[in-house]
Amino acid sequence: MQLNQRNNIIGALTAATCSLLGTPAIAQESPSTAEPWQFDTAILYYGESERVTAVEGVFSASKDFGNEHIFSGKITIDGLTGASATGAVAQPSAQTFTRPSGKGEYQIAAGETPLDDTFRDTRIQLNGQWTQPLWQDYRVSSGVHLSKEYDYLSMAVNANLARDFNQRNTTVSAGLSYAFDSIDPEGGRPVAFASMPLRSDYATDQAFDDAFDATRLSGSDDKNTLDLMLGLTQVINRRTIMQLNYGLSVVDGYMTDPFKMLSVVNPQGLTQDLLYENRPDSRTRHNVFWQTKYALDSGVADLSYRFTTDDWDIDSHTLDSRLRFNLTQDSYIQPHFRYYQQSAADFYRPYLMAAEGLPQFASADYRVGEMTAFTLGLKYGMLLDDGKELSFRIEYYQQNPKNPGFAEPGVLQDLDLYPSVKAVMAQVSYRF
Amino acid sequence: MKLRRLLVIVLTLSLSACASVGVKPWERDLLAKDEMSLNADPLDLALDDHIYFSKEAASGGRAFAGGGCGCN
Repeated sequence: MQLNQRNNIIGALTAATCSLLGTPAIAQESPSTAEPWQFDTAILYYGESERVTAVEGVFSASKDFGNEHIFSGKITIDGLTGASATGAVAQPSAQTFTRPSGKGEYQIAAGETPLDDTFRDTRIQLNGQWTQPLWQDYRVSSGVHLSKEYDYLSMAVNANLARDFNQRNTTVSAGLSYAFDSIDPEGGRPVAFASMPLRSDYATDQAFDDAFDATRLSGSDDKNTLDLMLGLTQVINRRTIMQLNYGLSVVDGYMTDPFKMLSVVNPQGLTQDLLYENRPDSRTRHNVFWQTKYALDSGVADLSYRFTTDDWDIDSHTLDSRLRFNLTQDSYIQPHFRYYQQSAADFYRPYLMAAEGLPQFASADYRVGEMTAFTLGLKYGMLLDDGKELSFRIEYYQQNPKNPGFAEPGVLQDLDLYPSVKAVMAQVSYRF
Repeated sequence: MKLRRLLVIVLTLSLSACASVGVKPWERDLLAKDEMSLNADPLDLALDDHIYFSKEAASGGRAFAGGGCGCN
C-alpha cells in the first residue's frame, strides 16, 4: 500500500513535470493546443574598411501547431556593394585592369592592393523547415532552401531524423542535405588561366572585344553539394548540455571564383601578365563540431570548437565563446569572442613566376590562403512583455592573411602582399 | 580514415557513458530556458555563418554547410 502510494506520488510528479515541460509522453495523452506565431527579425550592417559593405535583413516566423509539429520559415534579403581583392599583387607603379564584364577598366595606385570595386549585388533567400515527432522518441525534420542573386542561384533540400534515448537526455541524429548551385557571371566565366586582355594592347574596340570574348566561356556552370551530418546531444547534468557533430561534405562542380586572378611576375617581382584563376572541380570536407553550454546562476556560458579538414589541404580550427550575464531579470549582456585559423590550399599561390610552367590549379584568393582571424563582440538584450525581446549587437572582425612560405622576389619584398581585412558588424534584433 | 575511426570510438564511448549521466524530467528547470537551447539566437548564428562562409575557407559544423557562392 505504502509502495503503491509512493509510486502514485512519483507518477503524479512526473506527469506534472512533463506537462510543465511539454514533453511528448504527456502531450500525446492530452491534446495540446497550437501556440501563436513567433517572429524573429534582424537587420545587420557589415562594413569592411575600404572594401565590402553589406546590409542584411531577416524576417523569420515559426509556429508550433500542437504536439511539437513545428513550421519555421525565413526570408533574408541582402545588398552588397564595394570592393573585393582580386588576387593580383601590389606593384611599385600604378596598374590597370579590365573589369570582369569586359566593359571598361580600373586603375590601382602604386603600392596598393588591387581591389575590384564593381561589386553590386542583391540576394534574396527563402528557407522553410517542418519538424514533427514521427513515433515514440523519434523526430523528423525536412526543409528547403532557395537563394537567388543576379548571377547565382542556389537550391537545397534537407532531411534529418533524430531519436531520443535515456529520458530525452541523449539525442542521436542523422541528416542529409543536397544543394544545387548555378552560376552565370556578368561577362561570362573566364577560361582557366586565360590572360586578361587590356584595351591599350589593341588598336580598335572591336579587336579588344574579340580578344576579351576569346577569354570567356558561354553559358552557366553548376555545382552539386551533398552533406551528411551525424549528431549526438547529451545532457550531462542539471546545468550542462553538450553536442558533438560530424559532417561530411562532398562538392562537385564549378568552384573557381570567376572574379579572381593571379599576377605572373619576373625575378624582379614585376608583373608580366595577369591570368584568371583555376580551382579543382571537386572537394571533400570533414568537420567535427563540439559545443557545450553551461547554465550559470545568472547567465549562460557557451563554448564551441570546430575542426575542419579537406582534400584541398585546408585545415581549420575555430574556437567560439559567448558568455551571457543577466544584468537584471529582464536584461543581459553577452560578450563574444571567436578565433579562427586556417592553413593554405595546396593550389594557393600568391603569384606565379614567369619562368616556371603553369600548375594544374592555382588561386591567389587570400580566402584559400593561410590566415588567422578573430572576432570581438558585445550584445545587449532587453526582455519585454509577452516573450518579446529587443537586442543590439556590435562586433569587430579582423582577418590576418599570412605568407605560407613563398619566397618574395625583388620588389614584392617591399610591398604588403598580405594586408589585414578589418570589419565592423552592427545588428538590431526584435522578437515578438 | 583516421578521423573516421576516432569519431566512431568517441561516439561509442559517449553513448556508453550516456546511461549514467543526465537528469530526471523534473530537473530540467535550467536546461528548459530559451538561452540554454543549443540553437539559441538562431538569427545571430545564421548571419554569422553567412559572413564567415563568404570570408573563410571553412563552413558548416553546427549546421549543414550547403551551397552558396560567397564570391565576394
